[in-house]
Parts: sequence; C-alpha cells; structure tokens
Amino acid sequence: MTTAQLLGTDPGWLVAVKAVLVFAICVVATLMSVWTERRVLAKMQQRTGPNRVGPFGLLQSLSDGVKLALKEDIIPAAADKIIFIAAPIIAAAMCFMSFAVIPMTGVVTLLGHKTAMQLTDLPVGVLYILAVTSIGVYGVVLAGWSSGSTYPLLGGLRSSAQVISYEVAMGLSLVAVFIYAGSMSTSDIVDSQHQHIWNAIVLFPSFVIYVISMVGETNRAPFDLAEAEGELVGGFHTEYSSLKFALFFLAEYVNIIAVSALATTLFLGGYHAFPGLGFTESWLGGWFTIVWFFLKVNLFFFIFMWLRASLPRLRYDQFMKFGWKVLIPVSLIWIMIVASLRVIQQNGASRTVALAFALGIVVIVMAISSLFEKSKKQSRKPLPAGAAPDFPLPQLPGVSSFNASSNSHTSTQTASVQTSGDINE
Amino acid sequence: MSNSIEPKKSGAAKDINDVSFVEVEQPGPASLGKQSLGFWVTFKTMFKKNLSVQYPDVKAPTEARFHGRHQLNRHPDGLEKCIGCELCAWACPADAIYVEGGDNTPGNQVSPGERHGAVYQINYLRCIFCGLCVEACPTRALTMTNEYELADNSREKLIFEKEDLLAPLRAGMVMPPHPMYPDMDENNYYRGEVKAADPSQGPIFDGLGAGESK
Repeated sequence: MTTAQLLGTDPGWLVAVKAVLVFAICVVATLMSVWTERRVLAKMQQRTGPNRVGPFGLLQSLSDGVKLALKEDIIPAAADKIIFIAAPIIAAAMCFMSFAVIPMTGVVTLLGHKTAMQLTDLPVGVLYILAVTSIGVYGVVLAGWSSGSTYPLLGGLRSSAQVISYEVAMGLSLVAVFIYAGSMSTSDIVDSQHQHIWNAIVLFPSFVIYVISMVGETNRAPFDLAEAEGELVGGFHTEYSSLKFALFFLAEYVNIIAVSALATTLFLGGYHAFPGLGFTESWLGGWFTIVWFFLKVNLFFFIFMWLRASLPRLRYDQFMKFGWKVLIPVSLIWIMIVASLRVIQQNGASRTVALAFALGIVVIVMAISSLFEKSKKQSRKPLPAGAAPDFPLPQLPGVSSFNASSNSHTSTQTASVQTSGDINE
Repeated sequence: MSNSIEPKKSGAAKDINDVSFVEVEQPGPASLGKQSLGFWVTFKTMFKKNLSVQYPDVKAPTEARFHGRHQLNRHPDGLEKCIGCELCAWACPADAIYVEGGDNTPGNQVSPGERHGAVYQINYLRCIFCGLCVEACPTRALTMTNEYELADNSREKLIFEKEDLLAPLRAGMVMPPHPMYPDMDENNYYRGEVKAADPSQGPIFDGLGAGESK
C-alpha cells in the first residue's frame, strides 16, 4: 500500500490532529533552531552564546519571542496599512503550508490508527512546495513595498529578483530527481531512494545545486541581500516591530527547516535510516524514523550555520551572475545527462549509477572552473606602450585630458596635462 | 593670467607626471581550495576553548592601570588632599567635573593649607576616562580606581558627589575637619612628612567605625 493510499483512509479528526502536530513541530523546531544557531555560531567565534535563560539558555528564544510580542507595534504613517499587516501573515503561513507534504516518519500508529506522519500526499507534492514557497516570497516583497520607506523597498526588490533567479535553478535541480524517481510525490521519491540509492549520490550535481539555491531561496547568509543589515538597515523588515516582526522571524526559520526537510526528502532518503542501520526503523513502533528525519534536517541546518559563520555576503552582481551564468546552465546540462542515462538504463545497460556519479563530478568541476575569470592573467599583462586609455576628466579648468601612460614608457613624451586655453575659447 | 592648474615649481622643472612608476601586480582572488580553507577555520574553532567571560558571575580583574571611577585621596592623618583649585575641572575635555573651593577656617580644617574642595562633582555620563584630570591635579588628590561598574538608571545617580568619590577613612586616620598635625604646615604635608595622625588632632579611627564620631 502506498503512502497516498494509507493517508487516504485517515479520518478527518486525525488529519486535524496531525495538522496541529505539524504546526507544533514547526514552532518548536524554530525555537530550538534559533537557539542552536546562536550557540553554534558562538562556538565558531569562540564565544559561549546564550546560556542564561533556562538550562544552557534553551529558553532564550522563547523569552525573546515573548518580549517581541509585548513590544509596541508601530505602523508607519506612509505604510499601506492593509498590505503592511497582511505581508508577515502571508510569509509565515506559506512556510507552514509547505510542511504539509513532507513525510516525517514511515508507517506508524497514531491514536490507534495506522498512518504516516505526513499531513497529506499530493501526486505533485514537490511542485506544491515550490508554489507555496514562492507565494511566501510575496510576503517579503509586499512588506518591502508597503512599508513606504526606501530601504525596505530595496530589500523587497532584491528579494524578488533573488528568488526568481534561484527558484529557476532550484526547480531545474529538482527535475533530475523527478526523472530519476519517476514521480513528483514526496513519499514516492523517498520510497524510490529506499529501493535504490540516495539521490545525493546519483544526482550529486542536482544535490549541490539544490543546496546552494536553497540558501538563496531562504535569504540566508551569504545570500542575505534582502536583509543586508550592513547596507539596507534591516532590508524588507526595517519598519516592522513587535509581533509582525516576530512573524517574519518565524517565517525565516520555518522556511529554513522546510527547505532542509525538502532536501532531506529528495536527496538524503527522507525518514529512512542511514545505510546499514535499517533495523532502527522499527523501534518505537516506527516512530524512531522521525529521529533520522530530524537528524538529516539538522545536518542541512548545520550547513546553513556554517555558511553564515564562514562567508561574507555576496555582492549583488556576483550573486546574480552566479545564479544565471553558473547554476542554471549547469542544471540544464546535467538534466540532459540524466535524461540520457535514464533512457540508457531503461534499455538495460548496467552501471548507470556509477556513470552518473562520474559524469556528475565532471559537471561540478566544469561549474567550478567557470567561476574563475581571467582577471588574474589580465592584471599581469602590462599595458602596451602608447596604447594607454585616455581617461576623460570632468570639467576642470584648463585640463582637458589626462594620459596615464605618458612617463612610464617614454620619457620624451610631452606633458600630458594640457594647459591649453581651449576651454576658454 | 590663465586659469589653468600649474604644478608647483620647485628646483628643476618637474612635470606633474614625473613620479616614479611601479607596476603593481594584482594577485587576483586566491584559488578555490585556498578560499574554502575558511570553512575549516570556522569548523576548527568550534572545538577551541571559548574566550567568553561569564561577566556578572565572574568578574575578570582589569589591568593595573585601568581607568575606572575616580577617587579623592586623603593624607595619612585623614585630611583631604583636594585643595579646591579646579585644575581638574579646567583640564577636563568633556566638562564633566564641577568644583567649588572653600576656605579652611580654624574650626573647619578639611585639608592642609588655606583652601579645600567644598563641592566636588563628577558627571559620569560625560566623563570619558581620559585621565587628564589626574594629570592636572597638583596635590595628587585625584586618582582613578579600577572600578568599572558605573551603570545606573537615572542621570542624577550618575553625578557622583564628593562623599561618593572620597577615599574611605582608614585605620589610624582622623575624620576631618580637624587641625593639622602639630608643628607642621601644608608644606610638610606635601613633602610627605606627615606619616600618621596625632592623638591631639581628634579621635583616631580604629578601622571599625568607632572613631567616626567627631
């Protein structure tokens, strides 16, 4: 029986219970991940991090949340009030919605019913997630637009451009998964990986591209151009305060967990155990699989934190160039290779997995090499004599042009600052 | 006269471009391998001993010459060193010190000599702890302690009065006002010839609070 059929027999009240559970898991995971991030970042900077509220500072994010909720809620006079209020709600709600199709456990017994810890199973589950997260971006864009202020507007615009570029790369990286699994349903993709091998190995380039673009998608360092606290104050949420700001905060972290969960589902075998530890999946009546699931999600979350601790923010043009000129072409080439291999495999050729892996490495190497420009070589090349550029200068009295090359190559050349009176004439 | 920019003529006719030219080689970005070593740095740091001081619980000692809260010192017999000259107030770049001098009278001898500081205030909201006041003080009355916990919740509380700044009365001292040491004048005080209080100056403080009554 497939998961879709299993979930189809759920009574309504069970669906409601699961919805509440999924919501609770998201909120608790957010609180925990804020704490985890602050502690791990602190460790990476030789600090301690929050350690005063509750044991090990575990309740720090909870008390921060309570504090935020009790703060004064300011709506700027120039703001578009309705959209200003709706934006954080859209952002937060959509993040939670994407969790609905993530399979968190295998078959378990919940309140006497045989079911799986997955709210629903759509035949186009992954597309649904892509759609919902894209709507979540509306929250950010609308927040930037409705604030009636410059910095939020810039942040919102950046965010929209960013998500459009990286969503393309993300979508393309998922195409390879669809081809390989033969399905867009999350549970089917998990099953197909359980039968064969993790997609992270077979579809290594897709995995790498997905991991990169999920960082771009969630506006996190080093791709946090929409917030860019060094340039745009707070970016899209500059004008937000109190509970509305808390909602954006919540949305950011739920989004991180959601894309990590999707990465786990699509590339790391979902809730299944690591190879060789399959016997653990039957522990606690199947509920132990949720431990594996969150272990893998945390692995991705650690990557998020590690990136944030190690890398500076990209410049906007570098970021766009990386998205459009590296990730998308590489994705396209890789999809072509995967499609060809899939056809060859269906025709009965063996060792396609090994071949796919080898080709994947080649594609990655090509992608990395395309990152490097020839700027290094260009700078070593001396300017040919006499071919120096003639820089035009802004209107200075009596100075019409400035020739940079004049004395480095030839001493006989005349003075380059022309003191003629042609401006006067 | 032309309105052109002429380079300054000094000695030989030098052109503005007659400067030595060294071609700078731009190294360009490091290789990807080198750049990704940064990830190893952050990872490695996780397992290092962290440097945080758990401040309210653990108070790390400051350096010996740390500039903390000020202190108005006393002579060994308990008389105040401050003579109310206001040099500290004049030296203060932040205008944080306010001093009013007062006359020493036979019945009210607070410091050796003619004058004492009657009002002495330091506003710690303005003080920048530069120590210029300490340098300016001619009698070494004003010095700085290592105390750095100077936060409070109102402006008034951060204007320290003379009572807050005065060094505590130590055992063997006499609570001023009291007469100078017998047969000594202010010059002896400044030369450090007064080593302790004399019983004729008043009840000697025993360090426990008994001698505080005048």
